[in-house]
Amino acid sequence: MTAVATSSGENRRLTLAAYAICLKGICWREGLRFLHQRERFVSALVRPLVWLFIFAAGFRQVLGISIIPPYDTYILYDVYITPGLIAMIQLFNGMQSSLSMVYDREMGNMRVLLLSPFPRPFLLFAKLIAGTLVSVLQVYAYLLIAWFWDIQPPPIGYLEVLPALFLVGLMLGSLGMLLSSLIKQLENFSGVMNFVIFPMFFASSALYPLWRVKEGSPNLYYVCQANPFTHAVELIRFALYGEINWISLAVVFGCMSVFMFGAIVAYDPSRGLMGLRGAPGAGA
Amino acid sequence: MSEPIPALDLRHVSHSYGARKALDDITFTVPPGAFCVLLGLNGAGKSTMFSLITRLFALQHGSIRLLGRDLSREPGAALAELGVVFQSRTLDPDLSVAQNFYYHAALHGIGKTEAAARTQKLLAAVELSDRAKDKVRDLSGGQMRRVEIARALLHRPRLLVLDEPTVGLDIGARAGILRLVRGLIASEGMSVLWATHLTDEVDDGDEVIVLHKGLLLANGAVADLLKSTGAADLKSAFVALTSEPAKGDAR
Repeated sequence: MTAVATSSGENRRLTLAAYAICLKGICWREGLRFLHQRERFVSALVRPLVWLFIFAAGFRQVLGISIIPPYDTYILYDVYITPGLIAMIQLFNGMQSSLSMVYDREMGNMRVLLLSPFPRPFLLFAKLIAGTLVSVLQVYAYLLIAWFWDIQPPPIGYLEVLPALFLVGLMLGSLGMLLSSLIKQLENFSGVMNFVIFPMFFASSALYPLWRVKEGSPNLYYVCQANPFTHAVELIRFALYGEINWISLAVVFGCMSVFMFGAIVAYDPSRGLMGLRGAPGAGA
Repeated sequence: MSEPIPALDLRHVSHSYGARKALDDITFTVPPGAFCVLLGLNGAGKSTMFSLITRLFALQHGSIRLLGRDLSREPGAALAELGVVFQSRTLDPDLSVAQNFYYHAALHGIGKTEAAARTQKLLAAVELSDRAKDKVRDLSGGQMRRVEIARALLHRPRLLVLDEPTVGLDIGARAGILRLVRGLIASEGMSVLWATHLTDEVDDGDEVIVLHKGLLLANGAVADLLKSTGAADLKSAFVALTSEPAKGDAR
């Protein structure tokens, strides 16, 4: 082996362009990772489609949906369930991202990220953006297939839902990131499935309108109302039809801010959980 | 004439895991252009020290400066000067060698074109140019280690820290990696902090820091260490120092 000419001591400033390069690099790696994990790609698409093709088809005759905003006519159950399935894609993706952060921590890759000279909040935010981009691509792939199943929101809805998808993706990604700071080992991640994903999904307006829940169980109705996932679903539902549900927007934005702040604090070695019990993947 | 700024300057650094003290009042410097060996047995506190130097752990007590930059106050500027090779692998096994380099470059704000040129040069230096497109998981342990060292140099740091980089490698690979890193000092004036428990990795001209159960037992040139312990060789000196009970209770 020969000596390496490195021209040590390069004075590099963190310019705006450097930030853009860093963000692009993190998104690129997240995208590559997603493509490499074919099972994840396939299951991300198959999961909501199974719900749409089998569950919704079965329940179509059982559950009638009255005219509720944003719909101005009677709709099929398949149409009602679609925003919930979109949010489900993003929920699973957010949790998958946090799973990959736990994996990165165990494999040591997380240290490569945290050794970057860029501010740690920026690095974590970039990681969230990357995860959200991946989830948005999955959502559009799902919407494309759903279009052939006669789930056809107004054409402008496909564009207007984009900001809602970004907000929801960031909220659920932040929640996943916060959870990843609490999980010590990969094996413990199954708890997230039982205690986060399932309760969030089922205690929401994803599968049934809340007025129906209220008829069956008033207490559950209040739980659903307090569930941020309900507001994620409603934000997407209204955006798909060119409307804004302001309450849902406020709840999603508020929860996103709280979860993101929590995740950034948790990953700060001077204040957060990682610093208190050992750095990510430090393996000291 | 003002004194040159040390590459690494630790002052009164202590670290505890609950009631257990892993590092107790550690103070030392790595002079610019020096090959400094951090000698310590398992549990001496080497990895804890590395986690503090790399800011993976929060500094509980004391101060750390890299090339004059305070790690707590200017973490970004300090980390930009630092190249790190950890004891355990940190490469992404699912990406190719070149993709690992590009990712590292992006994390330091280096664009793809520049990164590609540097990658080519560094891989040639570690004699792995032909493996750029291979997945990392297909490399041998020694090759992975060479890739990690080359990657740590991609952003042109002035201080390279390596935590037991030869663990698990055969004699040939160990010698090759030592030669590579020593070459950096000769060609670039780069400073190196090399953590190991193997005394045969130390040369006569190196600076040595002996760490044992969280305490710094010795710090200086090899000749000074031999003189102070009265030992015939470094191995005997190290054994003599570390066989005495230390006050600390390291991790």
